[in-house]
Amino acid sequence: MTGFIFRRLLQSIVLIKFVLVFVFLLLHLTGDPVRVMAPDGATEQDIEQLRHEMGLDKPLLTQYGIFFWGAIKGDFGVSFEHGEPAMKIVIEHLPATVELAFSAFLISVLIGIPLGCLAAFRENTVYDQSMMFGAVLGQAVPDFGMGLMMILVFSVFLGWLPPFGRGDWSNLLMPAVAASLYHTARLARLMRSEMLEVIRQDYITTARSKGVANRSVIFRHALKNASIPIVTVLGIDLALTLGGTVIIETVFAWPGVGRLTVQAIHNRDFPIVQSAVFLMASTFVIINMLVDIIYTYLDPRIKY
Amino acid sequence: MSHEGLVPAARKQDFEDELPERNRLTALARSLRMQKSAILGLLILLVVTLTALTAPVISPMSPTASSLSRVLKPPMWAGEGHVFILGTDHLGRDLLSRIIYGSQVSLVVGFFSVAFSGAIGLFVGLMAGYFGGKVDYLLMRLVDFVLSFPFILLALSTIAILGPSLELIIVMISLRLWTVYARVVRGAVLSLREKEFVVAAVGIGSSHMRVLFRHILPNVLAPVIIIGSLYLGRMIIIEAGLSFLGLGVPPPTPTWGGLMAQGRSYLYVSWWIVAFPCLAITLTALGANLMGDWLRNVLDPRLRVR
Repeated sequence: MTGFIFRRLLQSIVLIKFVLVFVFLLLHLTGDPVRVMAPDGATEQDIEQLRHEMGLDKPLLTQYGIFFWGAIKGDFGVSFEHGEPAMKIVIEHLPATVELAFSAFLISVLIGIPLGCLAAFRENTVYDQSMMFGAVLGQAVPDFGMGLMMILVFSVFLGWLPPFGRGDWSNLLMPAVAASLYHTARLARLMRSEMLEVIRQDYITTARSKGVANRSVIFRHALKNASIPIVTVLGIDLALTLGGTVIIETVFAWPGVGRLTVQAIHNRDFPIVQSAVFLMASTFVIINMLVDIIYTYLDPRIKY
Repeated sequence: MSHEGLVPAARKQDFEDELPERNRLTALARSLRMQKSAILGLLILLVVTLTALTAPVISPMSPTASSLSRVLKPPMWAGEGHVFILGTDHLGRDLLSRIIYGSQVSLVVGFFSVAFSGAIGLFVGLMAGYFGGKVDYLLMRLVDFVLSFPFILLALSTIAILGPSLELIIVMISLRLWTVYARVVRGAVLSLREKEFVVAAVGIGSSHMRVLFRHILPNVLAPVIIIGSLYLGRMIIIEAGLSFLGLGVPPPTPTWGGLMAQGRSYLYVSWWIVAFPCLAITLTALGANLMGDWLRNVLDPRLRVR
């Protein structure tokens, strides 16, 4: 077990190192990063000066070395737009994204799992069928479209909720629901199929024939076993939600990393883009690692 | 006395079940009649495909013809006595025509990214599963690597740097999806490799290529088709999201996501510019998802795609 955790940790470090290489190469994709970064209408002289200031006239490997040592210290350069260290700005925007992603994640768990279970216990009833159709529909609606429609209904027509910004729960509600929609729908469907598989197992029949109360059968026997595969999906979902709130943040003017990145992309503020991609990718890698480790505790049959 | 009488009806049924081709086709047809949602899905996809193919013929107006005298007209049924069925946008362009033309980009990106990533994933999955060992290890670490990226940020930054184009968008979207195929195909190949018919093929001295393409490939096509159809809707939504952020196929080509981005500024006065493209995306994705579910149920009910 310790060996597995150690190996998994090592693997994650290697992955993060690759992420760093990618983030570095991102700027060099076009061949000449200075021309991408330079403002429109810059003269040749401006470009050469910028190249020299940024150290982009040095050999590529030297550049990478400088970038790498900076990155280890959390230094991804200074934001062109804000004039402050880029990583600092990204980290300042992180709480908003985490708040939104966790809320969305919580909604999808609290709604998706019970709905999926209920659908499984009432298999092939009208309830089950309408639930599942709702879930298929939920997976088909684009989240940003759902967000805009909610703004239209709850902010424009009804005037109940503020259409954008961050503040109390009323600001959070719509973006969180919109961001959770796809995951809720998927989780409900997944939970239903896992549950259907579990409640047909012999040990459930045994428990029932022993006279175990229905509630107990559901919670102690069925739910526990059906949740093993769900946990992996949950971990991936959490990571996906963290990296996937980009569009929702833009729709609701939510001051998170996603919106910051989109703005930085449009402003060609590459230190911010690099910091954001690196931070989100590293978080992603770490969450995936934790999920793998938790998984081995939950399911002792898995041997690594 | 004919032999037919010796075989009880039930047994005969069993033999027929072993004829894969015919059984699959009849099963498809039979289940299509039973599942109304599958018919709905196929119908939607058919309509959208026909719309995209015949866009120049069926769209009532040019999607780019603008006129300042008719900006932000509501849909026809609002009773303002004009001919724009779904209303007009902020430049006075006919929304219905723009949505009709917008289906082209959505479908092209959807189909090509599903096919392109399918081809890559199939190849990687075949290699990893069949050759195993180091090849398998390296390819699967590559899959882990790709999966460890927050895809949207990666796609956004790459597209922003290289400049948006139809081809780049297809490539970027495919970059993520091929891993799904690769994992599933690899798993299928791993179990197929132990099957008698593969062992026998290897035993009589068939080359790797022959074993892979004649014996293994046909048996992993079903999951590939299923994944493709299950993810078609998702790819269309992702393309719309990129366009919405201004990183899709650049204007003047109308895209559903691009239409919604433009409509966003007029949300308070002209709800229809956002609502109808959103409806178009939802319906198309719904059609694709329903078809995908049905194909999975028929071809491989045990397959789990996440």
